[in-house]
Amino acid sequence: DGLVDKVKPKTKRAKRFLEKREPKLSENIKNAMLIKGGNANATVMQVLRDMYALKKPYGEFFSKKSDCSLFMFGSHNKKRPNNLVIGRMYDYHVLDMIELGIEKFVSLKDIKNSKCPEGTKPLLIFAGDDFDVTEDYRRLKNLLIDFFRGPTVPNVRLAGLEYVLHFTALNGKVYFRSYKLLLKKSGCRTPRIELEEMGPSLDLVLRRTHLASDDLYKLSMKMPKALKPKKKKNISQDTFGTTYGRIHMQKQDLSKLQTRKMKGLKKRPAEKTEDKETSKRIKKN
Amino acid sequence: MEAPNVEELLVQAERDEAQKLQRITVHKELELEFDLGNLLASDRNPPTTVRHAGATPEAELRALARDNTQLLINELWQLPTERVEEAVVARLPEPSTRLPREKPLPRPRPLTRWQQFARLKGIRPKKKTNLVWDEASGQWRRRWGYKRARDDTKEWLIEVPGGADPMEDQFAKRIQAKKERVAKNELNRLRNLARAHKMQVPSAAGLHPTGHQSKEELGRAMQVAKVSTASVGRFQERLPKEKAPRGSGKKRKFQPLFGDFAAEKKSQLELLRVMNSKKPQLDVTRATNKQMREEDQEAAAQRKKMSQKGKRKGGRPGPGGKRKGGGPPSQGGKRKGGLGGKMQSRPPGVGGKRRGGVQPHGGKRRK
Repeated sequence: DGLVDKVKPKTKRAKRFLEKREPKLSENIKNAMLIKGGNANATVMQVLRDMYALKKPYGEFFSKKSDCSLFMFGSHNKKRPNNLVIGRMYDYHVLDMIELGIEKFVSLKDIKNSKCPEGTKPLLIFAGDDFDVTEDYRRLKNLLIDFFRGPTVPNVRLAGLEYVLHFTALNGKVYFRSYKLLLKKSGCRTPRIELEEMGPSLDLVLRRTHLASDDLYKLSMKMPKALKPKKKKNISQDTFGTTYGRIHMQKQDLSKLQTRKMKGLKKRPAEKTEDKETSKRIKKN
Repeated sequence: MEAPNVEELLVQAERDEAQKLQRITVHKELELEFDLGNLLASDRNPPTTVRHAGATPEAELRALARDNTQLLINELWQLPTERVEEAVVARLPEPSTRLPREKPLPRPRPLTRWQQFARLKGIRPKKKTNLVWDEASGQWRRRWGYKRARDDTKEWLIEVPGGADPMEDQFAKRIQAKKERVAKNELNRLRNLARAHKMQVPSAAGLHPTGHQSKEELGRAMQVAKVSTASVGRFQERLPKEKAPRGSGKKRKFQPLFGDFAAEKKSQLELLRVMNSKKPQLDVTRATNKQMREEDQEAAAQRKKMSQKGKRKGGRPGPGGKRKGGGPPSQGGKRKGGLGGKMQSRPPGVGGKRRGGVQPHGGKRRK
C-alpha cells in the first residue's frame, strides 16, 4: 500500500520528507510522542515534561502528523493514580504497552544543580535480577532501552559522557534514578566516577501490560539480510588467535610437478640404459 | 639518611598506586553484561544492600549506581580510541541488544521498464551537471525544470518549417507536443506503479501483521483466498450458514456509443413501431418468468406460515403437500436464468403445475 502514493510530491523537499518516512533498511531514530490524558494531574504532567527534557530533540507533544513510534501517556484517576503508559509501535500499530504507576517523583527542577546539555546519549544501567526473571520485566527492560537510548553512533567522545540512567528492580518496584557523571583523577588512565543526583527520580510500580504476541514480536525483530554481518568463508581462527585460511585445489599429478632443476643431477642417456639393465637383472634375481 | 628516605618514598609510591587502582576497581559477585554499542550495562546481582536499606534507599541506590557506572566506564575506556579534531573519541562496537524495528522491512520493488532495458543493454547512468549555459539568456540555467536552459515552448520567434501549413499555429503545436509528452510520462509512471503494486499483493496475502483489520478487508482477503485454488474456487465448501457471494461477477456491459449503425437503426425503428402499434406487445419469456417468480414467492410465504402453524399444532401436513410430478416442459420459451438461484431447493413438480397453468394467460406462443 505504500507504493501507491496518495500525494505525489511536487517539490524536492516534499519528496525528501516522504522518503524519510518510508520503511528503510537502516531506520531513523525513533521519535517519542508524549501524550497528556484527559484527566492527567500535575504530577503526571511534570513527569511528561521531564521526559521530554530528557528526550529532546526526539520527543514531541501529542501531534497527529508526527512519525513517532514510541509514546508515553499520562493520566490520573481514582482507581489508577498517577498512571504512566509507555509503549512502542510497529507499522503504525501498537506493539507493546506497559502501564507504570508513579509512587514517588522528584522533578528536574526540584533538584537544584546544573544539568547536562540536551541530546546527549545517556549511559543505561539495569540492576537487579528481576529484570531477567519474568517476561514482563524483560520486555520492560527492552522497552526502556528502546525509549531512552538515543541515536546510534559509531564513535563517542569520552569526555562527553555526561549522565547515566540507573534502573533498579526490587520488590516489584522499579527505581529510576538519573545522575550526572563526574570524572575524577585516579592516577591511571581510567577515571574514577563520582555521581551527582541530577535528573528526575521516579519510583515506579508495574501495573498492567499489553505485550505483543510472539509472532508479531518476531516479525518486528526481523533484520534485513543486508545489515547482517557477512561471514567470510574459509577463514577460521583458533584459540590462540592465529588465522587460518582454506584453499580448495584440484587433484595434482605429483609426477609432473615442477621442481627445481639441477643440471648436474640430470641423467645422461648412457647412464639411463645402464640403469635399465641393472634393474632388469635385479628383477630376474 | 637518604637511604631510608628513598625506601620510604618507594613504599609510599607503592601504597599510592594500590590505592589509585583500588579507586577504580569494584568487586562484584557476578560480572556485569555490557552492550557498549548502546552504552548499556546489566547487573544481575541481587541488590541486597538496597533491600536492607528500607524505605528511603537513596544512599544505597547511589552507591550501587556509582559502582555499576564505574565498571561501565572501565569497559568504555578500554575501547580503541582515535583523535578527531582535538577530542579523544572511542570507537563503539555495534549494539548487541536486539530491538524491534519501527516499520516493516522494505519490500523489493520490481524494476521499471527503463531499468530493465538499461540492464539488458548495459547502459549506466551518466553523471550530468546540474546547470547548463544558456546562450539565449546569457546565464547558467538548470538542465530541466523551472526556467530551464532550452525550453522550446518559451521561444518568442518560431520559423514556419518548409513543408508546413502557413496558417498553422506553431506555438500551439509546441505546447500540445509538450502536453502529450507529459501525459505519456505520467502514464508510464502509473503503469510502473501498477506493476509494482501487483507484485506486492501476493506476498501480503491480504492479512495485516497485527490482526486488527476492518470487516471489508477481511472479507476481501477471504474472497481472494477462496478463489486461489486450482479450480478457481468452484468446489470450495461453504460454512453452513454462509451465503453465496453476490456481485463478484462481471458488471453490466453497455453497447458502445456509436458502432454498428445498421443495428442501431434497426433497434430504433423497432422501438418506434412498438410504441406506435395499438396492440400491446408482450415478451412472453419475461412475462412467464415474472409470473413464476411471483407465484414462487407466494408459495414460499405460505409454506412458512404453514410450517409455523404446523409446528404449533403437531406437524399436520399443509395443503401444498401433494403435487403432480413433472408437468409438460415449459412452453414459455427459454428461461433466462431467472429461476437459477431460487428453484434449487424446490421439487420439480411444483414448477410443472405452474408451467401448465401459465398457458392460458400468455399471449403469443412460441415453439
